Amino acid sequence: MKDPRIWGLKKSPWVYHVAAASCNNCDIEILELLTPRYDVERFGVVLVGSPRHADALLVTGVLNRKSLPRVLEVYAQTPKPCLVICIGTCTCGNQLFRNSYNAVGPYDKHLPVSAFIPGCPPKPEAMILGVVKALSKL
Amino acid sequence: MTLAGWQLAFAFVVFPGVIFTAAAGLLLTWVDRFVSARVQWRKGPPVYQPFADMLKLLLKQTVVPEGASKVTFLLAPLIGFAAMCITAVLLFYVNFFPSGSFVGDLIVLVYLFALPPLATIIGASASRNPLSAVGASREMVLYLGYELPFLLALSVPIILTGGKIRIGDLVLAQQAGGPFLTSWAGAIAAVIVLICIQAKLGYPPFDMAEAEQEIMSGVLIEYSGAPLAVFRLTKAMMLFLLPCFLVTVFWGGLANWWAILKFLAVAVLVILIKNTNPRFKIDHALRFFWFILGGLGIVAVILAFAHL
Repeated sequence: MKDPRIWGLKKSPWVYHVAAASCNNCDIEILELLTPRYDVERFGVVLVGSPRHADALLVTGVLNRKSLPRVLEVYAQTPKPCLVICIGTCTCGNQLFRNSYNAVGPYDKHLPVSAFIPGCPPKPEAMILGVVKALSKL
Repeated sequence: MTLAGWQLAFAFVVFPGVIFTAAAGLLLTWVDRFVSARVQWRKGPPVYQPFADMLKLLLKQTVVPEGASKVTFLLAPLIGFAAMCITAVLLFYVNFFPSGSFVGDLIVLVYLFALPPLATIIGASASRNPLSAVGASREMVLYLGYELPFLLALSVPIILTGGKIRIGDLVLAQQAGGPFLTSWAGAIAAVIVLICIQAKLGYPPFDMAEAEQEIMSGVLIEYSGAPLAVFRLTKAMMLFLLPCFLVTVFWGGLANWWAILKFLAVAVLVILIKNTNPRFKIDHALRFFWFILGGLGIVAVILAFAHL
């Protein structure tokens, strides 16, 4: 606990959920994290409604030309320090849209990404592990 | 007895002012989250969670939206915070030195409790966000709604004691003749105040100003960093002070050990109401407060005149 700012961020990471044109599977699994079975509020994780309150952005979906400016805008609007955690295989590349004119992924071409969590959708355990790894890197 | 010099400074800064009330309020926020988690069959956050949240928010970057009124936006949270600090000192002072209170402090407390919603409305309006504006208008309507039954209910103890408007006198009257809660009029009035506490805190079923699902935390949507921390701290202090106020005015005062249990009972009741009720629509809430609780309040006042 050298820097209180990092300690606070580790102990209460509030997450904002950016659904950048995903198929909704990952989004359902993210909500699964808040249920009694996984209960991430044990670790201080709270799902917030406004990017202004967020410490981590959970992004899902293949990045495309329409969603890129929106995601960049949300990232710019989030107070720093702020983590970007990419959830789902879609975020790791362009996947089956790799020959499409529209796909501009993966995310780390445009944003400082802290963790990629592959899976279609990833299991809630995998997401918790990913967030833990992203936080312990700080 | 009057406080002077360093005693006054101590009262405002340490006990029961800023530090004590903030710590107790944050601890109570943890109780709130823990009880909510147990109700939902979850484990819940650790005890230090609200303190970690507060530390993180205080050290985080503060974003002021483009086009917002900067000074108003940043100063608005402090209005409510200052009001709650003064409320804490007044409330505990009249409980421990009932003869030292001044005439009309009940009215002063009512207006001090009105300041945090006002601060929220000012801040939300200054932030230049349409969802904030929706939240602010809902907060205003809600305020207009709950203030009428709240004042009617608070007039019951005044009528029961024959026109005594100092909280100190109300506490002394309860120590002599039993809490007002034991009379019919007092019991109805206490229930009304309990429901108004729910609305003042912005807890479900009256959280339409902050509705996360429809207007994304509404009034607070543009706040980040330290101002958001001050708003949350103000709310935590209200969560501590409003049940204290209810126990003071209706349930025999705070100056004995039983008061801690009474206070916890009221606070847990507030939390359980929060967890078991869905959100009202704003027009339904206004109708509920004016016509149902207002009607009940008038009944309580009539019963109080009949000394029942």
